[in-house]
Amino acid sequence: MDVMIPANFKVQRFIKETHDTFTLELKSFDGRNGFSFEPGQFNMIYIFGVGEIPISISGDPNKKGVLVHTTRAVGTVTKEMAKLKKDEVVGIRGPFGRPWPVKEAIGNDILLVAGGIGLAPLRPVIYYLLSNREYFGKIILLYGARTPKDILFRKELEKFRSRLDIDIIVTVDRAVKNWTGNVGVVTTLIPRAPFDPINTTAMICGPEIMMRYTIVELLKRGLSKENIFVSMERNMKCGVGFCGHCQYGTEFICKDGPVFNFKEIEHLFAKREI
Amino acid sequence: MESLEKILTQHPFVEGLPSEHIQLIVGCAKNVVFEPGKYLFKENEEANSFYIIRSGKVALEIYSPEVGSIIIQTLGEGDIIGWSWMIPPYQWRFDARAVELTRVIELDGTCLRNKCEIDPKLGYEIMKRLANVFEQRIHAMRIQLLDLYGKN
Repeated sequence: MDVMIPANFKVQRFIKETHDTFTLELKSFDGRNGFSFEPGQFNMIYIFGVGEIPISISGDPNKKGVLVHTTRAVGTVTKEMAKLKKDEVVGIRGPFGRPWPVKEAIGNDILLVAGGIGLAPLRPVIYYLLSNREYFGKIILLYGARTPKDILFRKELEKFRSRLDIDIIVTVDRAVKNWTGNVGVVTTLIPRAPFDPINTTAMICGPEIMMRYTIVELLKRGLSKENIFVSMERNMKCGVGFCGHCQYGTEFICKDGPVFNFKEIEHLFAKREI
Repeated sequence: MESLEKILTQHPFVEGLPSEHIQLIVGCAKNVVFEPGKYLFKENEEANSFYIIRSGKVALEIYSPEVGSIIIQTLGEGDIIGWSWMIPPYQWRFDARAVELTRVIELDGTCLRNKCEIDPKLGYEIMKRLANVFEQRIHAMRIQLLDLYGKN
């Protein structure tokens, strides 16, 4: 199969998540039997006549019959995506990229730190962890959103929380009086989050500044750099390391990432020239 | 008093202080419980207390006539509230409201200030710990100001 040729998928369901985010549930209609991916991988989504963009897969890796993407209507392509209706067609290339190290993390506590729409690429990890719950220690999700109305997958987070075998702590950057949850940046949750720093794998996804300061706090808590993973974002075009648009030092985000071990990219992290 | 000393000793803010300093602090301390919705203090009131949160959640708020109370930050177990008791004119700059049942150790600001004046070693230790809290809060607030999850 030519990785540069998109496969056709139909919109099966459009879910409005928040005022500016939405989820598309897609189904192949050109003979492809399901869609396998690993948590953290992404697809190139082609909106015909508009453009192609990379978007992480946000669905359950066990449910291969439906392909799920969640994004925010913020650019030309995503704004058009937000107008899609049932049975309309998009092109899909993928899955691409290095996934989150969920299998390597077996036996550890798992700390997921998400900021804003960064929760979407981590949702497949949550599905994976919960369907393999017995293989992991504590599972903690720290999630920061802009305001209470920007909390992504809110009902699902409440459902996950009701299982009692996952700690979910949400904070928002701003709120008014009727909000009874936390207010403050997501990094402020780290000092007292209930994980064992010696045996914890941390997976972080969100704006790069948020990831930088999250790492500072995790290192203060005693996590080793080898146990910290981040999902990086750059301008990806081909998805397979041909075009060089997403070059990040000696790495290509699309091919060598988007998930990186912090130790691997520490020398590039926060470097302005890159 | 013995139990108050024990509780204080375990709190991160006081952890590691020599027992003679803890004794001095305990002399200014009392256990207080705030029901949900009750205010620990309000903006412009005299700042004569320093709170060490044992459990619960407190919202720091600023009132805006257009919006109502805006929550700037929430604090919980292990956090401290207030440094205005240390800095003239000893006046609160925001409101602090218990969001849920909140147990705190309330320290009398004047009492503690006087003890810090008499014993500069205690004063320096408290200032170092407060400076650490200032740094963390200012840093967190700077990130908050960036509006990282906004469209731009």
